[in-house]
Amino acid sequence: MLKDEDRIFQNLYNDSGADIESAKLRNDWNGTKDILEKGREWIINEVKSSELRGRGGAGFPTGLKWSFAPKEVGSRPHYLVINADESEPGTCKDRDILRFEPHKLIEGCLIASYAVNAHKCYIYIRGEYFNEGQKLQTAIDEAYKNNLIGKNALNSGWDLDIYIHYGAGAYICGEETALLESLEGKKGQPRLKPPFPALIGLYGCPTIINNVETVAAVPTILRRGAKWFSSLGRPKNTGTKIYCISGNVNNPCNVEEEMGIPLKELIETHAGGVVGGWDNLKAVIPGGSSMPMLPKEICDNMKMDFDACVENKTGLGTAGIVVINNDQDIIKCMARIARFYKHESCGQCTPCREGSGWMWRMLERMAAGEATPDEVDMLFDVTKQIEGHTICAFGEGSSWPVQGLIRHFKDEILERNKFDPVVKKNKNIPYLVDQHLLEKENA
Amino acid sequence: MSIKKIHKEQPETFKFNDKSMEAANKIVSNYPDGKQQSAVMALLYIAQRQNDNWIPLQAMKYIAKFLEMPYIKVYEVATFYSMYNLSPVGKYFFQICTTTPCMLRGAYDLVKVCKNKISEKENVLSEDGKISWMEVECLGACVNSPMMQVNEDYYEDLNDKKLEEIIETIYQNKIPKPGSYSGRINAEPVNNRKTLLGNKNA
Repeated sequence: MLKDEDRIFQNLYNDSGADIESAKLRNDWNGTKDILEKGREWIINEVKSSELRGRGGAGFPTGLKWSFAPKEVGSRPHYLVINADESEPGTCKDRDILRFEPHKLIEGCLIASYAVNAHKCYIYIRGEYFNEGQKLQTAIDEAYKNNLIGKNALNSGWDLDIYIHYGAGAYICGEETALLESLEGKKGQPRLKPPFPALIGLYGCPTIINNVETVAAVPTILRRGAKWFSSLGRPKNTGTKIYCISGNVNNPCNVEEEMGIPLKELIETHAGGVVGGWDNLKAVIPGGSSMPMLPKEICDNMKMDFDACVENKTGLGTAGIVVINNDQDIIKCMARIARFYKHESCGQCTPCREGSGWMWRMLERMAAGEATPDEVDMLFDVTKQIEGHTICAFGEGSSWPVQGLIRHFKDEILERNKFDPVVKKNKNIPYLVDQHLLEKENA
Repeated sequence: MSIKKIHKEQPETFKFNDKSMEAANKIVSNYPDGKQQSAVMALLYIAQRQNDNWIPLQAMKYIAKFLEMPYIKVYEVATFYSMYNLSPVGKYFFQICTTTPCMLRGAYDLVKVCKNKISEKENVLSEDGKISWMEVECLGACVNSPMMQVNEDYYEDLNDKKLEEIIETIYQNKIPKPGSYSGRINAEPVNNRKTLLGNKNA
């Protein structure tokens, strides 16, 4: 288990309060000016050598992303955008950072905006987190009052303004280009990439978009050094991560742990174990609903970091761990996730808009045992036609969980679905009537 | 799914009151000059709050003029995002999360309670006209599941009994206390906390 002093988010459970005095006791805003004075190059190199990877799902190296921003500010200003549109089912880590550690985020915003030459920072919070947004606004006001941000922040000569922008309940706005569209006051429909937002983003200006957890971790990394951060976990998968453990566990919770912690240890130690014991485990979704699920055999020895998840044909995503035990109907669970994606598809690309509905309806039928055996392969084929044929990664996100179900639980689906539409007894009935519907056993 | 059906009875006019106007001007100033369109989402919220939690078409036209943008673009935004109600909802608008993490812990029991105690169908007002309910997608409080949102507040760690109590409280004209109903205020593992104990005891 990670030592307590190595945890970045000391106030994850709000033991001491989120106000600025309490935050300063936790070392926030300590030596921020010195960090800024070491210069852009140093900050970016330090973040690069800490091997911090984005915590929003894709796991892109943060230092590298920052280095994509143009070195000199041209005719267009630079923007920093923080993605707090946390909507992935199973994930609720950013909510606790916004509520309980807002000063880590604001300090991170200052450092990141300095590193990427931005004077304006927008924090895009999902509309449902209204109260969390208010708490963050209080913290921002405190920071302005103490000259931590604003004009000539910390007397470093750097100006930074932070604004909160509320979303309005669209999952797709967590996708970075959809988020930018939404920030510009349009429908949240993703843009084609390239051009990447680092060059042409918000209002056509260079924009760096980071997840809340990523940015909030940066000040601590710079204070304690990249070496400390990269000594945790293993190469390319360094540092700590907030895991959200929900579903059929005895004590669902958020917990910050080292990268690469075994899944079993995480569930047994922190979440009080699976309801009904480890042997009652059926499957685990390791990284929020868009990552394929894993059956118990893999969970036994699985490590929780980016590369280990990829080896097992899934992904760490946002580390929202959803535990499903044997008391649940796994096909029904997946059908509900498919319904989520059907509801949240933005409707821009046909494969996703239509396919997500197909997948949902097929899975509902499979859950009810009304599908034919060959429909399972047909469903897999549908997922393959969505994946990779859409503008954004929503296509993958909606089809991977279904693929995961078919990969690991195909036998269970086949066992339940034995419907056979072939007409066995030929009857003399009028033309153009579906004969199989007249037969009772098939009706 | 939110109520995207445009309400039949629309008010004739809509105007921001002083409080809304002040809030709207402040929001517009957050964005660069000429990019006032960015404020459309926030302005729709302001209109919704002013107008008993739903947005009439006149409000969209008003906002379009206010931000100097085409009416259809405001309409697009209002119909795209799920948190804008285009028809009236109850004074207490129950949104039950039923996505898989909540479903695993019994969100559909809550739906049953709503059907019994509020109204048989979604988005239909209760008998005294105070409450309406609907199923929504993930609200992002999965470790506190099952949960629901009433207007702006989260009610977490519920079960059918606790939800019945909440509904009864509202019927008795009292406001139920938001937050967790299992005694925790955050996302710590109840009775099983092993981390940051130094802070807890400090």
